[in-house]
Amino acid sequence: MSSVAVIDYGMGNLHSIVKALQHAAPEVDVVCVSDADTILGADRVVFPGVGAIRDCMWALNQSGLSGVIQQVAKSKPLLGICLGMQALLTNSEENNGIQCLDVFAGHVVHFPEALTGSDGNSLKIPHMGWNQVHQLQQHPLWNNIPQDSRFYFVHSYYAQPDDAAVIAATAQYPDAFTCALAQDNIFAVQFHPEKSQAVGLQLLKNFLYWDGQV
Amino acid sequence: MSLAKRIIPCLDVDNGRVVKGVKFVDIRDAGDPVEIARRYDREGADEITFLDITATHDNRDTIVHVVEQVASEVFIPLTVGGGIRTLEDIRRMLNAGADKVGINSAAVFNPDFVREAAERFGSQCIVVAIDAKKVSQPGEENRWEIFTHGGRKPTGIDAIAWAKKMVDYGAGEILLTSMDRDGTREGFDLPLTRAVSEAVTVPVIASGGVGNLDHLADGIIEGKADAVLAASIFHFAEYTIEQAKQRMASRGVEVRL
Repeated sequence: MSSVAVIDYGMGNLHSIVKALQHAAPEVDVVCVSDADTILGADRVVFPGVGAIRDCMWALNQSGLSGVIQQVAKSKPLLGICLGMQALLTNSEENNGIQCLDVFAGHVVHFPEALTGSDGNSLKIPHMGWNQVHQLQQHPLWNNIPQDSRFYFVHSYYAQPDDAAVIAATAQYPDAFTCALAQDNIFAVQFHPEKSQAVGLQLLKNFLYWDGQV
Repeated sequence: MSLAKRIIPCLDVDNGRVVKGVKFVDIRDAGDPVEIARRYDREGADEITFLDITATHDNRDTIVHVVEQVASEVFIPLTVGGGIRTLEDIRRMLNAGADKVGINSAAVFNPDFVREAAERFGSQCIVVAIDAKKVSQPGEENRWEIFTHGGRKPTGIDAIAWAKKMVDYGAGEILLTSMDRDGTREGFDLPLTRAVSEAVTVPVIASGGVGNLDHLADGIIEGKADAVLAASIFHFAEYTIEQAKQRMASRGVEVRL
């Protein structure tokens, strides 16, 4: 039986992601943990997160999990979700600038103020709801997920990687922004697969069967 | 090609059963919440909202069990409102599997509660529910006030100013209900919806008064809402969520089909 560790660092509720992983692949052992040995011993690791980046990085640094995640990023399939994606960049402009894990070189930035949509109405922040995800590269995590499928988003900041080659997908709000990153054994998404119904469960299932090779 | 407008069915839950009150009286039983939530998920609901209207404190655990059960098999965002008064109430709902909580009266009695909740749990999970009623006379400029206790008690607070204040305090979304329209099936109060939606930077969910599918599209097109919420037209299988989305799409609204 393969195992997946969901990193619990005290930021928000992990009920949904755990249930969704169990539902996506009932044969996989899903554990929700904060202990380094269990995380490093799992076959795959999910790094979730909601809330503010300052609190997230503080919790990771306090608990020593920062180093654990950086180690995982070099060794086994890792899936970052939402704030867990943003924390993988070099830094974020949220909370007046916060150093992050630097797994992907780049920055996390806020949507510009006073955005206007194609219908002339102002666009709301947070970007909340179901948006189309445009896949920019072939990847095992996109298996059986149609191009431009809608996933559920809720966020005000997004990643801007230095190297465009790591961008796995974009969405439009109103301009294209990066909503998925891929590099070797790491995949990270801004949207919430655990809240994106069938396509979300498919992505989680793809991750749970992924060997970390592209 | 961008963000879809959302359709959110709302389940009013009383002692573990879905009910629908017309202007909060004449409550009709509409069934088992878990079963209904499953059906809405299959039909393509973008989110589901539970409004706990259980009166007695002792029976409040029932909503927690409902949310737990739904969250274990329905993988779309879930919001729970009704009786959320403390940070502990919020924690319980989030731990049960809710993604957002709706704060209504508690915000009116203690606005700082919204600030504390947003700081603790993040704005993304704090929905401030506003029950508004028109108080201007015919011929006067439109003015709406906040009402509490199911629309019975006026507060003297201007609805637009209140919505802006709640966003400043950290609300990530506004659930706006017209108490004049709720249960009437005459459609949303569109001037109210539009006024609030244009006044705030966060998404606004229009609620109260939906009687047919065109009302939903009107809420988006004329009311400028980001999402529309309805209860009774879906519960009694008059219309499916899918039909609602088809109608919205036919009127040019971007939806998730």
